[in-house]
Amino acid sequence: MGIDISQFLETFYEESFEGLDIMETALLEMDTGEVDDEAINTIFRAAHSIKGGSGTFGLNSVSDFTHVLETLLDEMRDGKRAVTKEAVELMLITVDVLREMLIALRESADVDTDRVAKIHSELEIMLKGEAAVVEATTELTPSESSASAAGWVVNFRPHVHMFKTGNDPVRMIKELSDLGEMSVHCNVDGLPALDDLDPEECYLSWRIEIKGDNVAQDAIKEVFDWVEDDCDLDISSQHAVAELSAAVAVEATPVDEPVVTSAEPASVPNTPLESPIPQTPSAPKAPVTAKKAAGTESGSIRVSIDKVDALINMVGELVITQSMLNQLGEDFSMDKLQRLQEGLAELEQHTRELQENVMRIRMLPISFAFNRFPRLVHDLSQKLDKKIEIKLSGENTELDKTVMEKIGDPLVHLVRNSLDHGIESPEVRKANGKPETGTLELNAYHQGGNIVIEIADDGAGLNTARVREKAVEKGLINENDQMSDEKINELIFHPGFSTAEQVSDVSGRGVGMDVVRRNIKDLGGGIELKSEFGVGTKITIRLPLTLAILDGQLMRIGNETFVIPLVSITESLQVKAEYVKSIAGDAELYKLRDEYVPVVRLHDVFGMEPDTKELIGGLLVVVEGDGHSAGLFVDELMGQQQVVIKSLESNFKPVDGISGATILGDGTVALIIDIPGLVQLARKKSHRAKPRGTIAA
Amino acid sequence: MNIAQQIEASEGLDMDADTDQYLTFMLDGEEYGVDILRVQEIKGWDSVTPIPNTPQYIKGVINLRGTIVPIFDLREKFNLEQIPYGATTVVIVLKVKNEKGSRTMGIVVDAVSEVYNIKTEDLKASPDFGSAISTDFVEGLATINEKMIIVLDIDFLLNSSVEGDLELG
Repeated sequence: MGIDISQFLETFYEESFEGLDIMETALLEMDTGEVDDEAINTIFRAAHSIKGGSGTFGLNSVSDFTHVLETLLDEMRDGKRAVTKEAVELMLITVDVLREMLIALRESADVDTDRVAKIHSELEIMLKGEAAVVEATTELTPSESSASAAGWVVNFRPHVHMFKTGNDPVRMIKELSDLGEMSVHCNVDGLPALDDLDPEECYLSWRIEIKGDNVAQDAIKEVFDWVEDDCDLDISSQHAVAELSAAVAVEATPVDEPVVTSAEPASVPNTPLESPIPQTPSAPKAPVTAKKAAGTESGSIRVSIDKVDALINMVGELVITQSMLNQLGEDFSMDKLQRLQEGLAELEQHTRELQENVMRIRMLPISFAFNRFPRLVHDLSQKLDKKIEIKLSGENTELDKTVMEKIGDPLVHLVRNSLDHGIESPEVRKANGKPETGTLELNAYHQGGNIVIEIADDGAGLNTARVREKAVEKGLINENDQMSDEKINELIFHPGFSTAEQVSDVSGRGVGMDVVRRNIKDLGGGIELKSEFGVGTKITIRLPLTLAILDGQLMRIGNETFVIPLVSITESLQVKAEYVKSIAGDAELYKLRDEYVPVVRLHDVFGMEPDTKELIGGLLVVVEGDGHSAGLFVDELMGQQQVVIKSLESNFKPVDGISGATILGDGTVALIIDIPGLVQLARKKSHRAKPRGTIAA
Repeated sequence: MNIAQQIEASEGLDMDADTDQYLTFMLDGEEYGVDILRVQEIKGWDSVTPIPNTPQYIKGVINLRGTIVPIFDLREKFNLEQIPYGATTVVIVLKVKNEKGSRTMGIVVDAVSEVYNIKTEDLKASPDFGSAISTDFVEGLATINEKMIIVLDIDFLLNSSVEGDLELG
């Protein structure tokens, strides 16, 4: 064959993972025990596509495995088998196993054959266990079904558009040859003169005689499963058509048909395939779906066509504006100044729109991250013996792909926490006058330049007294400390904190919430917790929409401009003399309401020459990073603007207190301050400065 | 003779397989050479954005068509006497290879000089000055028209300049 099909392998994997996701979703919907024909059909189609695709690529282990599942589904579809909870569970496991197999195959790793075999046999037991065994066969369990001693005659006439559906007769004939000894006669009558021949159309038809004595009709039919609607197919048993076939043979002899034996099926004339036909492994019957693979680390993204169209439109307008400006520039005189300015304004607008739209390409709906939760909740609620319902909303809220990839694990952690510690067991809930089934709500929406994700449960809520007790026990706070409930609840984000009475294998090791918070902070976001004992907990995560752009506050020290991420800034104020305190004449503190924040003289930390070193009357920007507040002493605050983050490391190295750089409107470079890093740097410096200070004093 | 003419002229020559072209520049009266294939562009001195807590010879970063490129002052790196930047002062933007790939960096020099073809065999190893003067960044010495050219190992020179001073400041 002239086509290297391995290039489609990646597409196959992607589509298969999509198919598995679809199956999983549909299976979870069936969970309630109702038989939904549409759901079963959806699962069946997805399984069928995976089976067919894997067969095409020679991944027989996958196709064999899927086949058993398909048989089971087929029986359910035909109403011959009840949809039991056990069956759904088993199928969910099957989906997992299939996913593992595909992942292993894609990474050329070893497939866990024991597990596969175990599930395989479980499926077969289920198949045989109940009545109504459909007369289906697998290569592994050759059934006694309608086999015929004399073999079969298959008349296969593909429609002319066969190749355009991505199917290849050669492959089918090849597959047939696996079933038994056969002979193939090709009918070239339909072949037009060379001039009229369209290489992308199929003019040939075949008559195939299969001589095997235990070949099942179903097995033959299966080969043509994909093309049922794209060909005329006629399968009859050998003895019934023996006379007829003899007649055909006699008639056919003068035409001098090329006879091809099964030994070399590849030599069936397949000229049409020499042209580059996009031979995708997708079946024509494959469900068209908007849901995409959740593959969190895949290097490619799918972009909806309207986003691309919008971009093309915009580029078109940009080109028009550019040529207009070009023309204007060719013979420019001062009276055309107005038009030049208009043109430039237009150019600016188009560029901005283009930038926004290019950014949108990286945006994906959060359903990618949310979709895994119904399954997680399903599995965990069984494990924990709880009744939990999950409600998703705002799944179409879009956010940057990179942010999405990084928020997945923290979300899983929070959901697990809610299920394990939050929602009580049905008995407890009943006793407390709550409905037996607990609810977990996931919600996402945009607010300003941020995406807000909420995880709310109607569970037990945080036991503030218990948290406090634990915090005292762990020495995080003093017994006599006066703290608001919110402050106490926030302690659960402290490293090494867990109030779970018992460590379960779901959660409770206390290495969770602080990691969650750190991950979210790393993304430039924040996490808040609201909890009422006995009523429920709501966790709100706020994240920037994208990592490539940052809302910045521009400020100046001496001649240099810096950018402070707007999210880190709590407030800016003018320094009043009465609030400035100092410790040992060295470390400066500023009294901010009932707190003292250390003053960080940025010019000192960065070793620069400022306008003024006089703190009183100067500007203090109060920032918060990594749980520590600090007041940055700067010369001047300038505008706020969105800045595009550029890496300093790609050509240089990481610099303490600096997270990156950006290019300002005038083309110069401004450094972006890394607040947590800066606060640390300032502490280090003051530590080093202290001994000197005491000597001087 | 300017560089363009020089390159033109040298293209007419029969290039030996083991002949490399070097761009040379002046620094405090001495002529230094770098592999011309590493030179990305030569631009005039423009203001830079200084990076806090870095050694003095790291002048800062510039915006080179959207990428952030650090600029090193070779005079300061070599502990030579400093002179104010003048009309001939240029920044040579170089591609520097390291184990992770490559970086783009710029060096500030007094002036660009010539392009020479230097045969590999004409490149003499620099004499060992002992530990007093580090000559690790010198790839070799060549003599052209009675002049000595110091050919620099820019990979070593610039990578060590970046990595070696992490603790400074």
